[in-house]
Amino acid sequence: MGYQASLRVWRGDAGTGKLTDYQVEVNEGEVVLDVLHRLQATQASDLAIRWNCKAGKCGSCSMEINGRPRLACMTRMSVFVPDETLTITPMRTFPVIRDLVTDVSFNYVKARQIPSFTPPPSVKPGEFRMQQVDVNRSQEFRKCIECFLCQNTCHVIRDHADNERPFAGPRFLMRIAELEMHPADVADRREIAQDDFGLGYCNITKCCTEVCPEHIKITDNALIPMKERVVGRKYDPVVWLGDKIARRTRRDTAKVPNTR
Amino acid sequence: MDDAVFSDEIDRYRYDVVVVGAGGSGLRAAIEARMCGKKTAVISKSLLGKAHTVMAEGGCAAAMGNMNPRDNWQVHFRDTMRGGKFLNNWRMAELHAKEAPDRVYELEAWGALFDRTSDGRISQRNFGGHEYPRLAHVGDRTGLEMIRTLQQQVVALQQADAAALGDPEAMIKVFAETTVTDLLLEKGNPGRPRVPKRIAGAFGYFRDTGRFVLFEAPAVVLATGGIGKAYKVTSNSWEYTGDGHALALRAGATLLNMEFVQLHPTGMVWPPSVRGILVTESVRGDGGVLRNSEGKRFMFDYVPDVFRAQYAETEEEADGWYDDPDHNRRPPELLPRDEVARSINSEVKAGRGSPHGGVFLDIASRRPADYILRRLPSMYHQFKELADVDITREPMEIGPTCHYVMGGVEVDPDTGAASVPGLFAAGEVSGGMHGSNRLGGNSLSDLLVFGRRAGLGAARYVSALPFRPVVPAAAVSAAVATALEPLHRTEGESPYAVHGELQQLMFDLVGLIRRESELKTALVELDKLRARAAQVCAPGGRAYNPGWHLALDLRNMLVVADCVAQAALERQESRGGHTRDDYPGMSAEWRKVNLVCSLGGDGTVSLRHQPMPAMREDLLTLFDLAELKKYMTEDELAGLAEGSGVFAEETH
Repeated sequence: MGYQASLRVWRGDAGTGKLTDYQVEVNEGEVVLDVLHRLQATQASDLAIRWNCKAGKCGSCSMEINGRPRLACMTRMSVFVPDETLTITPMRTFPVIRDLVTDVSFNYVKARQIPSFTPPPSVKPGEFRMQQVDVNRSQEFRKCIECFLCQNTCHVIRDHADNERPFAGPRFLMRIAELEMHPADVADRREIAQDDFGLGYCNITKCCTEVCPEHIKITDNALIPMKERVVGRKYDPVVWLGDKIARRTRRDTAKVPNTR
Repeated sequence: MDDAVFSDEIDRYRYDVVVVGAGGSGLRAAIEARMCGKKTAVISKSLLGKAHTVMAEGGCAAAMGNMNPRDNWQVHFRDTMRGGKFLNNWRMAELHAKEAPDRVYELEAWGALFDRTSDGRISQRNFGGHEYPRLAHVGDRTGLEMIRTLQQQVVALQQADAAALGDPEAMIKVFAETTVTDLLLEKGNPGRPRVPKRIAGAFGYFRDTGRFVLFEAPAVVLATGGIGKAYKVTSNSWEYTGDGHALALRAGATLLNMEFVQLHPTGMVWPPSVRGILVTESVRGDGGVLRNSEGKRFMFDYVPDVFRAQYAETEEEADGWYDDPDHNRRPPELLPRDEVARSINSEVKAGRGSPHGGVFLDIASRRPADYILRRLPSMYHQFKELADVDITREPMEIGPTCHYVMGGVEVDPDTGAASVPGLFAAGEVSGGMHGSNRLGGNSLSDLLVFGRRAGLGAARYVSALPFRPVVPAAAVSAAVATALEPLHRTEGESPYAVHGELQQLMFDLVGLIRRESELKTALVELDKLRARAAQVCAPGGRAYNPGWHLALDLRNMLVVADCVAQAALERQESRGGHTRDDYPGMSAEWRKVNLVCSLGGDGTVSLRHQPMPAMREDLLTLFDLAELKKYMTEDELAGLAEGSGVFAEETH
């Protein structure tokens, strides 16, 4: 059942690189990561691949396979025909470190700018009471394995590096939604979602949802509801008028200083 | 330190506490050290949030009593000792059982969202060896929830530091994709050779650039996890190369009871490329049963005497337990992992296995599809995508997979301190807590309880130090030379070839069932592999070169493999994660013995016997005498008269 697959793998570093052709043995039931490991063990010991769990749980082996952002450990070779040449390239949105490994530090920087979980100060550990129905939504977002495939595929930053400053990307807009929908969180991130994390840049093309290996409905369940909340907070004329009349001071959580 | 020997080749940092490892225990230790005001570095071989903790599925054991108010720390303690066949360090088991609930509540206060009970508290699920439903969980992705919560708590602390100090990394910084290759000790006083040398720092390299890095720090917390990558079939990721075990040995610390390696009973067996990937114990906790090729629930034939009183004898009783645990005993599928793994092995050997050499794990015929999808979503996903099996319709094929090492760095239970001053260890890399076999769910709680304690221990140690130990320049030069060797060789074997042979050797000869002749062969073969590993060649540059990284990791795997094989040869009994074909019984005399490994000056492993500390009497009285008699010697029991009133009556 084994056969020789034709692979074109991107080899190189931040400066230069090229697609290199290889013939690698493939056996029954294998995934792309198995074949890359065989390539590493038999022909290219220095081939750089980022991977950990090999079970779709850690989100390390993100790459582009025939142009599609995927996890190499969850992409079975059987979805391709044996005489098809597989083109394997690093995620395009992030700078290449070497071969298939990219610099994803952008994501860790964004994560640090979002105001953290803020429980009411009066609730002590062990005293939280939450209903399952109320935690379901945030739990869906917490399934995220931070593979960053959604960040990689989002056209707002994929081809526009200059948007990386004003736009946090779907993963971190979803993180804001997760905190906003957390039943025990008392902060309000609606204004900064729009002003500092670029929620308005998202024009709901749902590319992020399509590539999510955890099948999280990022657009429908996180981004669109977040947009609705922002509209309610920032642009609803009744809210605006109420604020004016009652002279309510804004109670939005401040942005986190010194993290940009 | 003598700066002359340094070129621009080495980045240098000064920290109070360096934590090696960024899984559950490493992050929890780092959070604690930072909260004690210590400047803390976290060194992670992978990106932050990818550590092996992420793979933990079932849950975190803590006797909160949310599902059954009879649960409490004493019951958890008892279960843990039984699971470890009384070889556990009792003090660690006590601290663990007492503190686990607070550690879980703390995670919730940091934003974790566990599954809920109908009255809004944290839901708890059944697991092997736990008397009551005890595991806080989030579907079957509890480890992910835990590591993300800890990661986000590190971020929260960094945000506080950003506001107060102007720099988010002023007090706690994560060094991602960085590997520590050596711990550095102070030079010591030649006039006082018996005074142990203290930790002065850690040396390693950044994986992305290959640049070397020196951390000058008086305290190092090892939180590097396990050794599974020394085995062919394993649920462990590439990081699990026994780094912390080997670093501790080379620094002069000791390893405890390394013969105890847990094979998780349920790993995937088909297709070959996914062999070993974990199938959570929750499948059984939630109603799944094991069957052989004849369709028989074979576990009823394998209940050992020590557990006879607690497990059902008929299918009716076992099935009744899920809804009425007060009047039925537990299904034997929920025996501790060592028992289940051995039983599966016996069935396969008797010719009653599944087509691909495992047995069947069936939940499809026992629970409705929507229940399975809700309780076990990632198992459904994993089998569907990797094996084309729909677990709501068909049984899974499963078999044992190397999962966890109970043995590890010998530490002080209260502080996590190893025998080398300034060295601490927590989580899987430390030894003692789980005895000869770990219960499912006791790992995540172990990480939290002892991660915190090691972080606290390290912080207090640093506060009490009169001055910081100095890193000797010669030690740094030696570490540089060692690290560069495989890169500088122009010819030699591939590290991948040597690694592959090591994995096969350990799986075949030091695996689930062991015997003297095979262990002796293994030790001879390990010697040969060690010689070959010293000559491997990793071509390419220093930037993100996995061949080079593996060549360096091999050194660690080999010394740890040697410890496992030597201890396995020495211990002439079968207990927990150590089964000797030639010594099938459990021996009360051997229960009193801890096997301790250390490294000699010439790099060879030596082994010595060390007496097991006697359990405190108030803890002993949590068991009834009849049960203690199954584990302890006559001498040990002599002072404990039956019917004296201090012993618990029937515990069920």
